[in-house]
Amino acid sequence: MSTTPFIVLSAILFTIGSIGVLTRRNAIVVFMCVELMLNASNLALITFSRANGNLDGQIAAFFVMVVAAAEVVVGLAIIMTIFRTRRSASVDDASLLKY
Amino acid sequence: MLSLEAMHLPPTVGTVHADGAFSLLWLVIALPALGAAILLLGGKATDKWGHLLATAAVVLSFVLSLVLFFDLAGRHSGDRQVNQHLWTWFTAGTYRVDFGLLYDQLSAVFLLLITGVGALIHVYSIGYMAHDERRRRFFGYLNLFVAAMLILVLASDYVGVFLGWEGVGLASYLLIGFWQYKPTAAAAAKKAFVINRVGDIGLSLGASLIFVTFGSTSFAAVSAAAPHASHGALTAIGLLLLLAACGKSAQFPLQSWLLDAMEGPTPVSALIHAATMVTAGVYLIVRSNFIFSLTDDARTGVIIIGCITLLMGAVIGCAKDDIKKALAGSTMSQIGYMVLAAGLGPAGYAFAIFHLLTHGFFKANMFLGAGSVMHGTNDDVNMRHYGALRKAMPITFATFGIGYLAILGVPPFAGFWSKDKIIEAAFGDNFVVGLCALIGAGVTAFYMTRLMLLTYFGPESSGRGERWQKDVNPHESPNVMTYPLIALATLSALGGLFAVNGWITHWLSPVVGNRPHDDLGIPSIVLSLIVLAVVAVGVAVAVQLVGRRPVPLVAPEKVSVLTRAARADLYGDAFNDEVIIRPGVAGIRGLGIFDRSFIDGIPEGIAVALTAISMTFRRVQNGMVRSYALAILGGAALVLLALLAVSFK
Repeated sequence: MSTTPFIVLSAILFTIGSIGVLTRRNAIVVFMCVELMLNASNLALITFSRANGNLDGQIAAFFVMVVAAAEVVVGLAIIMTIFRTRRSASVDDASLLKY
Repeated sequence: MLSLEAMHLPPTVGTVHADGAFSLLWLVIALPALGAAILLLGGKATDKWGHLLATAAVVLSFVLSLVLFFDLAGRHSGDRQVNQHLWTWFTAGTYRVDFGLLYDQLSAVFLLLITGVGALIHVYSIGYMAHDERRRRFFGYLNLFVAAMLILVLASDYVGVFLGWEGVGLASYLLIGFWQYKPTAAAAAKKAFVINRVGDIGLSLGASLIFVTFGSTSFAAVSAAAPHASHGALTAIGLLLLLAACGKSAQFPLQSWLLDAMEGPTPVSALIHAATMVTAGVYLIVRSNFIFSLTDDARTGVIIIGCITLLMGAVIGCAKDDIKKALAGSTMSQIGYMVLAAGLGPAGYAFAIFHLLTHGFFKANMFLGAGSVMHGTNDDVNMRHYGALRKAMPITFATFGIGYLAILGVPPFAGFWSKDKIIEAAFGDNFVVGLCALIGAGVTAFYMTRLMLLTYFGPESSGRGERWQKDVNPHESPNVMTYPLIALATLSALGGLFAVNGWITHWLSPVVGNRPHDDLGIPSIVLSLIVLAVVAVGVAVAVQLVGRRPVPLVAPEKVSVLTRAARADLYGDAFNDEVIIRPGVAGIRGLGIFDRSFIDGIPEGIAVALTAISMTFRRVQNGMVRSYALAILGGAALVLLALLAVSFK
């Protein structure tokens, strides 16, 4: 079984995710794009794990999932708080912390 | 020359162990040192009795010196160089410096002079400083000085001498600037300190060179090894020690501090800047006779310095209206005589010390007399405001008069016996040198007569001198001041007794060697008469120029070039300003500019550049999450590319 389609898919998903992070202003969408990038990397990890015949990549994928879950909890909480104070979920509006 | 020197090897310093009364030698130093410590650390608690304690310490020290002196005199002449080892000061490799005391014929004479004159001046100061609220501190400093001076003359090692040397320098600084609220006094103290530093470099370098040459700095070791050292090394050591002597003894070209030092209280001028400390240079040269006797070149330098200074000091003394400065010029001149004598080698060492001794008596006497005059005239020092004081202050006048006769060298007063010998020895060495000394004697007679005439003689009407200031009522000083004057005047009159049968020469010869000077071709009595004739001429000129004319209250402006130069201390300060201070200041300023522009420029430039860069790059922190994300992505891509580039090379 060739790994190429999986890796290509992973690359496409990662690219979509990163473009989304860079171009979209809505914090929720940015957040979803980050999840997309994480899952693209998970796909790559599992593909290589299968190709190499060991479980290292799969274990790493589990770790990524755990981190992603934790990130969702914290990230959504932050987005909620920002929205409550500013009535906006645009990441460009939350730009006060600067030079 | 070598054979001649070999025949006259200088005596070495003996190492007889101190026992019996000599084991108390350290106490001579410890007493005034303890007095100074109590007075200076005790503070106001000692205000009431501090001056008495200080005086008692020095008097006890004098009594002990007297006992030790007679003990030493009673010994066999070979056993008279007593060493007391106190403790090992420090060691470095094979170099060891012991803190030891050397009590020999030379130190014995100095001990008596320092503690004797010191004790008299302490007594005098009780009266002189009676109204000064900082009297206790004054006496503390005086005791400190006496202790340091005793260390200087008792140390058995050049390093020990250096300790005393710096100690007296410190005490001198503190005492010149004792009235520190007067800017002139503070400046004079600083000047003395700084110029003395220049001389001190000579001593520290000289001692270092002695260590390099001989591997030791103790007198005993150096005197034993000196004949084997190279002539060049000995000459270099001699010249460095001469530099040290020039600084401490106010000899040309480091003479300019002494005249300013007269800002200190008069007892200080008498003790430190006339009788003892300023003669430390002469002591150093005579103590190092085992070096100077072996190097004619260094001795020639000593003679030249002595000649220049004795004439310079005398000329300066002629033009000063300030009684203390006139006496200070005289001190310079007389120390010039001593240095000259010390430069004559074994023919002159003993006379240098003898003149030092008699000068200590009569100059201390005259300085204290000047202090007594100032005490009676509201601290006025201008001789043009004196005149006709002989009736108002009879004891001061009589004692001063004896000092005057002594410094002139009128027989049988002390100066005759010492100065005449020096002039005689100078003629024995070289006619020009002798002539300098002879002219110096004539000029001395002139300025001292001028001083006497201006101060004690002159017109008066109804019991008041015509030149006295309105609110001045001259009166004799209290007994506590006149008794020391009488004692010193007695010594000035009888100091010649030390020379009976050439006692001083015999006494000192085991330390400094003795070689009669070359034959003069004329009997010494004839030379004495010539000297007296020159002195008489000096007196006559002074009487003619000063005594027979009215003395203007303000120094006349229209004076000869020489007088103007003498009033300006023969441009000693101007010379220092032009040759040393001005280039020095310019150099320092240049260094300051270099420091500020270049040295500081490096770190400051770096800081400025970093600030500018930071100011530019902080714009990157724009608060936009998406641009941060782009930066992270770009960075990750770059790292990835770099890794790929490395692994697919």
